[in-house]
Amino acid sequence: MAAPFDVNDNSVVVIIGTGAGGGTLANELAQKGISVVALEAGGRHLPQDYLNNEWPSFSQLAWTDMRTTSGDWRVAKDFPNLPAWIVKAVGGSTVHWAGASLRLQEHEFRARTEYGDLDGANLLDWPVTLKDLEPYYDKAEDKMGVTRTNGIPGLPGNNNFKVMKAGADKLGYKNCHTGRMAINSEPRDGRPACQQLGFCFQGCKMGAKWSTAYTEIPKGELTGNLEVRENAHVLKINHDNNGKVSGVVYQDLEGNQFEQKARVVCVAGNSIESPRILLNSASSLFSDGLANSSGQVGRNYMRHMTGSVYAAFDKPVNMYRGTTMAGIITDESVNNPDRGFVGGYEMETLSIGVPFMAAFLNPGAWGREFSAAMDTYQNMAGMWLVGEDMPQESNGITLSDEKDQFDMPAANVHFDDHPNDVAMRNHAYQQGMALYDSVGATQTYPTPPYPSTHNLGTLRMSRDAKDGVVNGFGQSHDIDNLFVSDGSQFTTGGAENPTLTIVSLAIRQADYIEKQMNERTI
Amino acid sequence: MKPDSTPDSVITFTQRKSELHKLTRRQLLKRSVAIGGSMVVGGGFVAASSATWALEVQSGEPSMMATLVQMARDIYPHDQFGDELYVAAVKGHDEKAAADAPFKQFLEEGVGTLNTLAQDQGYKHYLNVGWEAERTAILKSIEDSEFFQTIRGGLVVGLYNQEAVWDLLGYEGSSFEKGGYLERGFDDIQWV
Repeated sequence: MAAPFDVNDNSVVVIIGTGAGGGTLANELAQKGISVVALEAGGRHLPQDYLNNEWPSFSQLAWTDMRTTSGDWRVAKDFPNLPAWIVKAVGGSTVHWAGASLRLQEHEFRARTEYGDLDGANLLDWPVTLKDLEPYYDKAEDKMGVTRTNGIPGLPGNNNFKVMKAGADKLGYKNCHTGRMAINSEPRDGRPACQQLGFCFQGCKMGAKWSTAYTEIPKGELTGNLEVRENAHVLKINHDNNGKVSGVVYQDLEGNQFEQKARVVCVAGNSIESPRILLNSASSLFSDGLANSSGQVGRNYMRHMTGSVYAAFDKPVNMYRGTTMAGIITDESVNNPDRGFVGGYEMETLSIGVPFMAAFLNPGAWGREFSAAMDTYQNMAGMWLVGEDMPQESNGITLSDEKDQFDMPAANVHFDDHPNDVAMRNHAYQQGMALYDSVGATQTYPTPPYPSTHNLGTLRMSRDAKDGVVNGFGQSHDIDNLFVSDGSQFTTGGAENPTLTIVSLAIRQADYIEKQMNERTI
Repeated sequence: MKPDSTPDSVITFTQRKSELHKLTRRQLLKRSVAIGGSMVVGGGFVAASSATWALEVQSGEPSMMATLVQMARDIYPHDQFGDELYVAAVKGHDEKAAADAPFKQFLEEGVGTLNTLAQDQGYKHYLNVGWEAERTAILKSIEDSEFFQTIRGGLVVGLYNQEAVWDLLGYEGSSFEKGGYLERGFDDIQWV
């Protein structure tokens, strides 16, 4: 039977979310001839709709439904109802992402073994190794057109990169280049080469950046095996008397509720919404929420150690011109505990426009020190610092007392920094500031973390069912036909931007689901 | 121009400014009460002494709006920004106050607090406080208040989301309609 599918068709795979994980999985399954209904909470916005203007774009794309926060992270104080800066639209946060496509390192898959038993850290080795994932990384890089792989040239360096590179050379860093980016440096896969628009975070108006919104999704739809249902906000997952999931309840824009029957359900709503859906699906059989026999649903939330350094110079930089994140230094991404922390971090070029700089440079700050910093905007260079943060059992997603517009309990996002996160951030700030000082910065601005863009770990993979929620294929330990297909699966975070790994896991999961369906084990 | 006529609901600042320029400085001064660097021109206008900007106050509280304009500059002081940018940034509060009596009272009380604190320092009101540092000290003492945070929070978007501000800070914004920055200086710096 071809798409669209009937809500009572219980032969379909239902995927919740159409971002890096869900969107990729939807296409991969559709290509295999498997019937897929993808439920997307947001609407469909395509390159011609994207707005190269920060606040209007934020209104167009961002997930701004009610959420609450707690913990000692500064986001809870400055942006109490915006713990994360992610997208509610077809394509999910692949509309908004910067395009940095890095493989996790071999040792990062066995963080518990490599880093040891850290106080307060709930570290665990992945049930997957780099070797397991390498063939899928290959496929993902080819699919996404990642520069510096598959013979694809690197992007040209913009002004912000030139400053970073000069500083990297002064500091003796050996590995600085314009990144492995899922942004076309030459025409590929029917999409044009980057024209250096800037505004990568606002959706690529040229479609030079890979996003499931205009790659995986339409390719899947073309097979006739994929139906994407837009503005279908999932409320809960139902199960049958045998404890198998059987359908997904969602609500449309008019307030009508439907249950889409399912043979398999894959949750890919990101690391905040995915556990929230499982928790909101509690039943008499599963009183703590679905797939939660371990008690780990919603726990171990990671957001990456992040921070930014902006620096002012005595001459213009115009950092906002061109690709936002085509610049990286990887020297600090090694695990070298002599620095005072385990794990590592990446240094990546970053720029935001004046509107967001005002909001994020130092939230809440005012007075002449702040406005003097804003006055240097044209002369600023900037970098983002992104590294491995420690999973902590107490960091995570719980159901808030607040309700969302569907009268469902909202997600509360609790986060306290681990001392390792703090030590790493301080080191990263010092290195970032030293880098800019070495090329003549007149001021440096160590900028606190933004609302989270990398949301990870809340339904983590584990070898042993008592330690996590899913196995190495993202399959629930408790419920065979329930899968997790987004960054929630990450056992630990690594130092790298997570999208390439999410996509690779989704391709691998599609093979696994096909095999299991053929063997009729699900 | 008839400053005492019924305010039009929507008059853009620029239109008002050009009309105001038709008045001579003497005419303006005749109609106005000077407070700090700005003046309350009779009949619901606030204007700069220099007549470079004016705001048609809709909430009927010109001195309150003049204080908010000064407060806005003190919170995010950019000496190269004309007052009109700060006026535009706080104008929304005036519009809201015109339609929302509790909000108007909230603003009046906030401004009243600023004036009381100024009087404690021996000034007639906030707008008469001489140095920015003295006004900043007053603001610092109320920075946790809902009033201060409402004004400051509104400015983050209200001030910095103006294209005229982007121009002054050297931010060119969208480039798509011009073919991107590829041929427009994305890698043009030579000094590194």
